[in-house]
Amino acid sequence: MSIVDTRTPDPKRFISGATGDWEVVIGMEVHAQITSNSKLFSGASTEFGAAPNNNVSLVDAAMPGMLPVINEECVRQAIRTGLGLRAQINLKSVFDRKNYFYPDLPQGYQISQFKQPIVGEGTVTVSVGPDSKGNFEDIEVGVERLHLEQDAGKSMHDQHPTMSYVDLNRSGVALMEIVSKPDMRSSDEAKAYLTKLRTIVRYLGTCDGNMDEGSMRADVNVSVRKPGGAFGTRCEIKNVNSIRFVGQAIEYEARRQIGILEDGGSIDQETRLFDPNKGETRSMRSKEEAHDYRYFPDPDLLPLEFDQAYVDALGKDLPELPDDKKSRLVSDLGLSAYDASVLVSEKAIADYFEKVAVSRDGKLAANWVINDLMGGLNKAGKPIEESPISPDQLGAIVDLIKEGTISGKIAKDLFEIVWNEGGDPKELVESRGMKQVTDTGAIEKAVDEVIAANPDKVEQARAKPTLAGWFVGQVMKATGGKANPQAVNDLVKARLGLE
Amino acid sequence: MSVDITTVKRVARLARIAVSEEDAARMTGELNTILGFVEQLNEVDVRDVEPMTSVTPMAMKKREDIVTDGNKAADIVANAPATEENFFLVPKVVE
Repeated sequence: MSIVDTRTPDPKRFISGATGDWEVVIGMEVHAQITSNSKLFSGASTEFGAAPNNNVSLVDAAMPGMLPVINEECVRQAIRTGLGLRAQINLKSVFDRKNYFYPDLPQGYQISQFKQPIVGEGTVTVSVGPDSKGNFEDIEVGVERLHLEQDAGKSMHDQHPTMSYVDLNRSGVALMEIVSKPDMRSSDEAKAYLTKLRTIVRYLGTCDGNMDEGSMRADVNVSVRKPGGAFGTRCEIKNVNSIRFVGQAIEYEARRQIGILEDGGSIDQETRLFDPNKGETRSMRSKEEAHDYRYFPDPDLLPLEFDQAYVDALGKDLPELPDDKKSRLVSDLGLSAYDASVLVSEKAIADYFEKVAVSRDGKLAANWVINDLMGGLNKAGKPIEESPISPDQLGAIVDLIKEGTISGKIAKDLFEIVWNEGGDPKELVESRGMKQVTDTGAIEKAVDEVIAANPDKVEQARAKPTLAGWFVGQVMKATGGKANPQAVNDLVKARLGLE
Repeated sequence: MSVDITTVKRVARLARIAVSEEDAARMTGELNTILGFVEQLNEVDVRDVEPMTSVTPMAMKKREDIVTDGNKAADIVANAPATEENFFLVPKVVE
């Protein structure tokens, strides 16, 4: 593979060293577990958390004479993901054996795709930011390929002094390996890329994106160079299992490499592990021949073939993807690019917002979802799926503001009540007397009372008109915050003769 | 194409096959004879011929995504030299 540098060096992203600026170059291989009921080549379940070796068929355990039969759903999901990455779909692809020995790989090889993957080149648009000014920058990250492969089993090394425990429940589960081009130039870009990839697979429903459960993990390739120079020697950091760790691993690894180069050393191409407890990467036991995988086409499997009509049909049924949704929210509802980005960042949030915004003021709905709802959820440490306020309830609050029944300030109180106690916002407004007073008579009465009680302030206000604000505040207090502030303001000014 | 004894020993090690020095020397000769036969195939021009994947033209069989197997942990580990609670136990391997 020849590497093409698609990016222009940007000083914003440089890392300064003792001998000047450095640029970090990052590429990523992301393993995403395909959402399916059964495994890629066997009928055993993929369910997480089963008892040891319970989700294992004789195929997954590599018993002699067993033959793999491909799961059509996994093929479908790989194609859909490829379409979501705006990538080339290959109508013919081939499964190969990648040979290596490890106790959690009973076959002695992993069935993968080497020379002819199911999906070829594509692109992911990644929003990086916000920076200190709140701006986002869009970058394009190239996808080199996506291929189908089997997951391995799981080894545990801490259960016994001299033995490792092996559970093959994961063995044979379908993975998509999504290989990026070396198009990222900072840890923030890498984190944003992985986040975006996770958003896309979640929108598509092709992978649940749960990094905690190992459904998504990343191998990160990191090298450094003088800005605009030739690519440096890279190190591969294996199996990083959170977005935050990807950022930390890159920061550490770039610094480590810069340190070595500035001391006159050179980088050995090697595989490293990230230790989240120490926040550092370290070399894996060097396995000189580990990379000699002796790939060859798997004689147990025919080439994987389908026609363009099949691909087209899948393309037609693809859900709206985050980029398209974002453009629509901006153009149809008039949201800012920032608000739209926040709302589409997770499918569940976007779905919630669209329920609130349906036939309502989109901007007002966006403000309430982003500031009040997401702020509250954040504080409570809850995902949007567990929101105590339903989209209908929040929608009703937005309606009440829009109709002028309640003021924005009262709406915040109402939001608190619905959040803590539940209930129908419209009924709550009635039963708790939260309605905004627009009855001019009532407001006039309150204004007159405040003026009558404070003759000295009236004198001062005539000399210094900004004091009118004090009267407005008093009237709002007297009406329990329910008076329409604009109406109060107008009346106070009129009564004080300030206009 | 031919192989030397170093390559033979390396391939054997990659495949986890124990081969003595003596056997390696003998196998080098045997493998080179086989490679010699294969070499003859290179005399045929196959530039425009697709690699054959099946004797009769056929499409790969696909399976529906339903769970039809599993729930036999005891069978899976039945032949293992060491097990505990249906885990396989193997000599400790740590990265």
